[in-house]
Amino acid sequence: MSTKTDTPRDPGSGPETGAQPAGDAGTDLGAAGSQLSTAPKEEISFPSLGPVGWARWFWRQLTSMRVALLLLFLLSIGAIPGSLIPQTSIDPVKVDSFKADHPTLSGIYDKLGMFHVYSSVWFSAIYLLLFISLIGCIVPRTWQFVGQLRARPPGAPSRLTRLPAYTTWRTEADPDAVLGAAHRLLKKRRFRADRAGTAVAAEKGYLREVGNLVFHLALIVLLVAFAVGSLWKSEGGKLVTEGDGFANSLTQYDDFKSGPFFDTDTMEPYGFTLDKFDATYERTGPERGTPRTFRANVTYYTGADGKEHRTSIEVNEPLEIAGSKIYLLSHGYAPEVSVKDGRGKVVYDGAVPFLTQDPKNFTSTGVVKVPGAETKDGKRNQLGFQGFFVPTFGGKGSGSMFSQFPALDYPVLTLTAYHGDLGLDSGLPQSVYQLDQKNLKQYSAKGKKLAKMMLPGETMKLPDGDGSITFKGVKTWASFKITHQPGNGLALGGAVAVLLGLAGSLFIQRRRVWVRAVRGADGVTVVEIAGLGRSESARLPEEIADLAVALAPDAPAVPDPEPETETETETETAADAGPDAAPGTDGGSGAHPSAGPEPEVPAQPTDSAEPADPSEGARA
Amino acid sequence: MNIAAAANETLAHNSNLLVYSAMAVYTLAFLAHMAEWVFGSRSKVGRTAAALTGQAKAPAAVAVRTAAKGGTAVLERPKVITRSAPGSRDVPDGPGAAGGTEKGDLYGRIAISLTVLAWALHVGGVVTRALSVQRAPWGNMYEFSTTFAAVAVSAYLILLALKKNVRWIGLPLVTTVLLDLGLAVSVLYTASDQLVPALHSYWLWIHVSCAIISGAVLYLGAVATLLFLFRDRYEAKLADPTGKQPGAFATSVLERLPAASSLDKFAYRVNATVFPLWTFTIIAGAIWAGAAWGRYWGWDPKEVWSFITWVAYACYLHARATAGWKGRKAAWLGLIAFCCYLFNYYGVNIFVTGLHSYAGV
Ligand code: HEM
Repeated sequence: MSTKTDTPRDPGSGPETGAQPAGDAGTDLGAAGSQLSTAPKEEISFPSLGPVGWARWFWRQLTSMRVALLLLFLLSIGAIPGSLIPQTSIDPVKVDSFKADHPTLSGIYDKLGMFHVYSSVWFSAIYLLLFISLIGCIVPRTWQFVGQLRARPPGAPSRLTRLPAYTTWRTEADPDAVLGAAHRLLKKRRFRADRAGTAVAAEKGYLREVGNLVFHLALIVLLVAFAVGSLWKSEGGKLVTEGDGFANSLTQYDDFKSGPFFDTDTMEPYGFTLDKFDATYERTGPERGTPRTFRANVTYYTGADGKEHRTSIEVNEPLEIAGSKIYLLSHGYAPEVSVKDGRGKVVYDGAVPFLTQDPKNFTSTGVVKVPGAETKDGKRNQLGFQGFFVPTFGGKGSGSMFSQFPALDYPVLTLTAYHGDLGLDSGLPQSVYQLDQKNLKQYSAKGKKLAKMMLPGETMKLPDGDGSITFKGVKTWASFKITHQPGNGLALGGAVAVLLGLAGSLFIQRRRVWVRAVRGADGVTVVEIAGLGRSESARLPEEIADLAVALAPDAPAVPDPEPETETETETETAADAGPDAAPGTDGGSGAHPSAGPEPEVPAQPTDSAEPADPSEGARA
Repeated sequence: MNIAAAANETLAHNSNLLVYSAMAVYTLAFLAHMAEWVFGSRSKVGRTAAALTGQAKAPAAVAVRTAAKGGTAVLERPKVITRSAPGSRDVPDGPGAAGGTEKGDLYGRIAISLTVLAWALHVGGVVTRALSVQRAPWGNMYEFSTTFAAVAVSAYLILLALKKNVRWIGLPLVTTVLLDLGLAVSVLYTASDQLVPALHSYWLWIHVSCAIISGAVLYLGAVATLLFLFRDRYEAKLADPTGKQPGAFATSVLERLPAASSLDKFAYRVNATVFPLWTFTIIAGAIWAGAAWGRYWGWDPKEVWSFITWVAYACYLHARATAGWKGRKAAWLGLIAFCCYLFNYYGVNIFVTGLHSYAGV
C-alpha cells in the first residue's frame, strides 16, 4: 500500500513496519514513513490451516485494497447491462416488446435478472460486498487514525539526506536554541511538533486522512439513504382535466407503486384541483412550436382542515405538500362533448382526455364511451365514439389530419360512431382510451361509414334517430406524478459529506518535517531540515525552504568550510533502488517495475556548495 | 417572422461562420505543430536524453533564490535538494517537440499563437450561439461538442499561461479538436432551437457546465495517460539494452516527450483534481432529476453511465494507491474510465434512448 511504496525506505523495512506504533523506531526511514496513511496492508500469503485462520484470511482479503478495486470494477461492469437492456422499472412496455421480439434470449435474461439489473441478486451482491469491504476497511482505519492522533510524530531518521526534500546550513547558534526555535516555528505553522533528542519531529495535514475517512463513511450514508428511499417510497400517477381534482388516497391514483415498507394507511390527507393549465409556444421564427412555458394553476389543501391555497406547478418546480411532491409530467387535450341518446336525454356530458400521439403538435386520439344510452324505443343501445383531435387543423386543403401547431388555434375533432355492447360488463379491465370493438357495430350513413369533422359547437347526428354528439369545446389535461420519498435529506447530507471528504482527501497533503541541529567537531552547529510527503509534491520543497528562511534569524548561516564532491550521492541513489524493491516480495507490496512513486524532480547530486553533513560519515 | 427572431437567425449564422473560421485557424495551428515536430526531429541538439543517464540530472534542483528580507541576518533562500523515491527511473523530461531547434521552437510558438486565435474565434462561436438561442449553448450534441472542445482548449491555454510544461499536448489536442468540430458541424449539426421546458432550470447551467469542464479536463488527462503508456514502454526498452530497442520514428517522437513519470503525474493530478468536480456533476444532476422527474436517481442510461464513469475513476484512484497496480495498470484503468465518459456522451445519446434525449442527434 501507499505507506510502503510512496515513501522511500531502507532495505529491510518490510511492510510490517507500517503497523508499528509511530515514533518508536527512529533509526531508519521505515518508521519515519510509517502510517502516513492508514490504508490497509496488502497480503496474499496463505493462512495456516484451521477455520479461524481461513476466516481471518478471508476477512483480510475482503477488506484489502485489491478486493476493493476488484469489487469497484465489477460494480461498474455490472451496471452496464441495465443501461442497454430495457428495464421493467423504467419502461415496462419496452420490456414486453423486447420479450416478444427475442423469446429465447429473454428467457435467459429473465433468469439472470437482466430486466431489473439494479435490484437483481448479483448486482446487490456486488455492492453489498463492496460496502462490507468498505466498513471492514473504514472501522480499523478510523481506530488506527485516532491512535496516530494521540501518538507523537515519528522521530527523525538517522539520515535526513535520504528524504525527498532536504536542506542544510551551518550556524554559530547553539543547537538547543535552534531546536527550540524550530519547535516554536513548527507549532506556529500548525504542525504537530515534538522535540526528541537532537531533532524536532513534526507532522501536518491530518485532515487528509479525515477527509478520506469522511468520504468513505459518507458513501455508506448514501447507501443507507438510498435504501431508506426505496423501501419506504411511494409513487403514483394521476391525470387531471381542468376543473377536476385529486385527493391523496389509493383509489384516486391511475397507477401506484410503493416500496415494501410503505404503509398505505398512513397516507397524508391532501388534494388539489387543476384550475387552469397554461402552455405557451414560440409562434415565429425557426423555433416555432417550441414550448416556452407549461404551468398548472392549482388550488390545494392539506390536512383535515382543508384550508385552500392557490399556487402553480411547473416542470422542474414541483409542489411540496405534507412530505410528498407533486410533479407536472405532461399535458394534452380533452375535448368536451355532450351525447344525447334516442330519447333525447343527455346521457354523457364532460371532457374526455385524449392521448397525445405526436408530442410536438398534439395530434391526439381518444374514445367516448356512453354505456347508459337507449334507442328512441327505449332499448339498450350503448354508444362508443372513436375520435381524432387536432389543436390546429391544417385546413381542408391540407389533406392531412395532423396538427400543425401545439396550441388551440383551430381545434378540430373527427369522430366515428359505434353502437352495440361496449363490453364493460364483462368484468375484464378495459382501457379508457380504447374501444373494444368485438360487439360493436359502426354507424354508416348512405352506405358510407359515418364520420364527421367538427368545429367546437358543431353536432353530429347519429342515423336512425339514435341521438347526437356535440363538440362543445376543449379543456386541457395535465398528468402529475406524486411521490413520497423519505431519506432525501440524508442523501443530500451524504452527498455534501462525500464532496467535502473528497476535497480534503485529494487536495490536502499530509507531510512530515524533521529539523535536526547538532554541533560538529569544529564547534559549528549543522542544521538540517528534511521533509517527507505522503505523495510527492512540488510544494514540499517549497515548504522546507520557507521553514529554513523562517528559522534563519535564530540560526544565522555561516559560510561553508569546503565544497563537496558530487559522486557520492549519486552512487547511493543507485544503491537504494535495488534493495528497496526487494521487500515487495514478502507481502506482494508491488515489485512492479514502474511501481515506484514518481519523482517530483529527479534526484539531485549533492550540491557542490553543500556543507559537510554530519551523517555523511555514517552513510559512506 | 419578427425582428427578434431574425436577429437570432443572424446570430446563429454568425456563430456558424465563427466556428468554421476557428476550424480553419486550428488547421493552420495543426500544420504549424507538424512543422514543429518535423523540424524538431531533424536536430540532435539538446537530445542526449536518449541516454538515460548523463545529463539526466539537469532540471533537478529546486533552487529558488530570494534573499530573505530583514536587515541583519541575510540568509539566501536555501537550495532544497529533492530526490526521487527509489525504484523509479531517473529519466529527464524530453526537450519538447521542437527538440531544442530554433526553427522548431518558432513553429511551435506560431502554433500556439494560432491556437489562441482559433480559440478566440471558437469561443466567439459558442457565445453567439448562446445568444442566438438565448440560453446556455448546451441543448444538443452539436452545442455540447463545440463547447466541449472550447473548454478543452481553454484548459490547455490556462495551463500554458501558468507556465506548466504542457506544450507537448498541443498537437494531439488540436488534432482532436479539429475532429470534434468536424463531427459537430457535419454529423451532429442542429439548427439552433429551444429547449423543452424540462431543460429550463438553473441546474442546467450548473450540472452541464460542470459535466463539460470535467470532461474537457479529463480529456487532457487521458491524452497524458495514453502518451505515458507509449513513453513508459519506450523507457522500459531503453532501460534494458539487451532487449528489443524502439524504432527510429518512435524514438524521434517519444524522446521529445516528457518523462513517463512526469506524464503519469500530470495525468494523476488532472484526474484527481477533476474527480471531485465530476462527483459534484453527478450530485447536481441528481438534485436536478429530483426536481424535474420526481426521483433523484432512477438508473436512466445517462445516470448509469455517469455512475460507471465515476466508479471507473474511483478504480483508477484506488489503483494508484495500491501496490502492483500503479503505473501501467492504473493508466489502463484511467483510459477505460475516460472511454466510459465518452460513451456516456456519444454512445448513450446515439444508441440508447432515455430521458436525457437531446434534441436531434
Ligand atoms: C464504494 C466504493 C468506493 C469508492 C467510490 C471509493 C473511492 C475512493 C476515492 C475516490 C479515493 C481517492 C482518495 C485519495 O486518493 O486519497 C479513495 C481512497 C481510498 N479508498 Fe476508497 N472507495 C471505495 C471503497 C473503498 C473500500 C471498500 C476500501 C477498503 C478496502 C477503500 C479504501 C480506500 C483507501 C485506503 C484509500 C486511500 C488511498 C490512499 O491512501 O491513497 N475504499 N477511495
